[in-house]
Amino acid sequence: MTAVATAARTASAAPPRRARLRRLFGRSSVNVVLVLIALFWLVPTVGLLVTSFRPAQDYFSSGWWHAITTPLSLTVMNYEAIFKGGGIPDALLTTALITVSATVLVVVIASLAAYAMVFLNWRGRDWVFVVIVALMVVPLQMALIPVAELYKNVRLFGTLPGVVLYHVAFGLPFAIFLMRNFYTGIPKDLLEAARIDGANEWMMFRRIVLPLGKPALASLAIFEFLWVWNDLLVSLVFLANNPHVPITVAIFSQLRQFGANIDLISTASFISMIIPLAVFFAFQRYFVRGVLAGAVK
Amino acid sequence: MGPAALLLGAIVVYPTVATVARSLYDDSGNFIAAGNYKTLFGTADILVAIRNNAIWVIVFPSLVTFLGLVFAVLTERIRWSTAFKTIVFMPMAISLFATGVIWRIVYETDPNRGVINAAVGTVADVIHPPGMYALPNIRPISGLTGTAEGGMVSKNAVDAGHALQLGLTGIPLSAVPPAAQAAQAPSPVAGAVTGEVWRDFSPGGHVGVIDPGEKGLPGMRLNLVSADGHTAATTVSGNNGAFRFDGVSGGSYHLALDAANFRQPFGGVNWLGVQSLTPVSGLGTTGQALLAIPLADLSAIVAMLWMWSGFAMVIIGAGLAALNREVLEAARMDGASELQTFRFVTFPLLRPVLIVVFITMIINVLKIFDIILSLIPDSSQQQANVIALEMYRVGFTSFTGKGLASAIAVFLFLLVIPVIALNVRRIRE
Repeated sequence: MTAVATAARTASAAPPRRARLRRLFGRSSVNVVLVLIALFWLVPTVGLLVTSFRPAQDYFSSGWWHAITTPLSLTVMNYEAIFKGGGIPDALLTTALITVSATVLVVVIASLAAYAMVFLNWRGRDWVFVVIVALMVVPLQMALIPVAELYKNVRLFGTLPGVVLYHVAFGLPFAIFLMRNFYTGIPKDLLEAARIDGANEWMMFRRIVLPLGKPALASLAIFEFLWVWNDLLVSLVFLANNPHVPITVAIFSQLRQFGANIDLISTASFISMIIPLAVFFAFQRYFVRGVLAGAVK
Repeated sequence: MGPAALLLGAIVVYPTVATVARSLYDDSGNFIAAGNYKTLFGTADILVAIRNNAIWVIVFPSLVTFLGLVFAVLTERIRWSTAFKTIVFMPMAISLFATGVIWRIVYETDPNRGVINAAVGTVADVIHPPGMYALPNIRPISGLTGTAEGGMVSKNAVDAGHALQLGLTGIPLSAVPPAAQAAQAPSPVAGAVTGEVWRDFSPGGHVGVIDPGEKGLPGMRLNLVSADGHTAATTVSGNNGAFRFDGVSGGSYHLALDAANFRQPFGGVNWLGVQSLTPVSGLGTTGQALLAIPLADLSAIVAMLWMWSGFAMVIIGAGLAALNREVLEAARMDGASELQTFRFVTFPLLRPVLIVVFITMIINVLKIFDIILSLIPDSSQQQANVIALEMYRVGFTSFTGKGLASAIAVFLFLLVIPVIALNVRRIRE
């Protein structure tokens, strides 16, 4: 440490002008590097966006960046075609149906279950929590085959409720974990006081825990929303024979001829991204909070 | 709690147990113990999938943690850190599936279409500019031998005071430079090697003869090569295809047309192809399945980094913000440089956060599925396969194989069990 200290003293003795210059140079080089990185992060998405506004044959003749110099070649033709044909709008609706129902169910069930985990005393409570933590990282793949058979027996296979239930079940462990962690921060005295005043469990949940838990619920809802909206595998398996599929599955069925279908693929992909991106930008704060709270998922 | 327990029981817990049991039976319901697991480790396709997951696990979590750390540290030094964080974090909202589509456009092989190949090509064409005569069918026809790729050389030796006629063909009229003038038979000049390089083709013309209407080839780079293979001089042909080396000393020489004349422009790297980065040509199927590293894997990893670096950055950034500022200040007061502060103070304090990111990414990568389906073209998918995808293929794209697919799922499950144990221990503490 003494060597370090000596070195530093020598450095601070250097002319202040040079030090300032060096710091300025250092800062501007950090800026340049980060601008380049930001560009690298933006370019792929911009590429998809521009591609979706170009006629399909242009994809074969030149790269999307040529459209920047010839903006007149851009067209909304692809979007018109997609909204005239029924397939993609129907898929979008299917995605929305699945996503909204799964999100609502997860939020409702998890907020109640977490309440029971934190504020009610029952035998085996801690043990159940350990199981829930363990279940958080069980791969989705572990249950696909038996659940597909189960669904066939109870006529849920190929139906949207089947897909929704699967998402809810695999979303719950994380959801309960997140909500429980948040609820444990609520002082128990608050509930004790209410109980003395004669409030029952339901009132305490509605009047105290739910309002206080809003930020966590928002994080959870956004997380769940994005997770289900962006799913491919679950719908691919359970909606195999259903004509109404979510948008990821609809695009997937066009992938075999990537270049030839690029007008449809790029446009539908961009449409599928708009809502998650809107949710992301509108609720970024809650999303980040959710990420930080549930980093184990 | 009731509905939660019911759902978790029916859709998560019971099926997990059922899958384990199922993996011990064949498709007609006979108990075969470890039979499916033997098949698993004996099938080259599945080994390829396991190998690829291994590559992902080795490369991706450390890279993404590193990038997240670098971004988190660097954004503390700029004014527009919120904008930067938003840009890098944004792909988290996009599906893995759409990420695959986005990057498939980025990776297009043709430099006219794929932005990465366009960038690489711009640099490559500056370092190795394409030749004026980068034509697919160009070949020697008179007085020359060799190929466009390897360069061409005159059939006959020549010494000072003599001339050579070098005829090429396979050049479409449209590819002849507009400045080209009619070819002229070269005349010998004392003390110099002279000659003519021309398009030796015209309707009714004769091979090896400069017929009327045949054009010279301007801008051709020629080397005068001595008998010991040494390049004695270089020159470029004029508009009429004539060239001249002055002051040539004694001895005999050959004339070479540099391969650079015919060099093709950068044609693009097939980023999503399965060419291996390790030499495996001599190995058998199993050896290749274990040791090859297909380029497509690394390209997919880059796309995945694009998606997840923001996640790592945000978590590590929060860790940085929570660090005790006084400790850092104290280190600086003691005279530690920025780098030393980082190495000996910040980094050790951040370790728990880095480990969380690292482990989260391992789980993430073990389950990877969508991005392979959407990013990697069908022709490469066999070689870029991963465990989760193989499980889907075996279990759901054919009528048989449920037992084997269960075994694959269990294998995947076994890989995440250490993480489960770790999480449970952390919660208990």
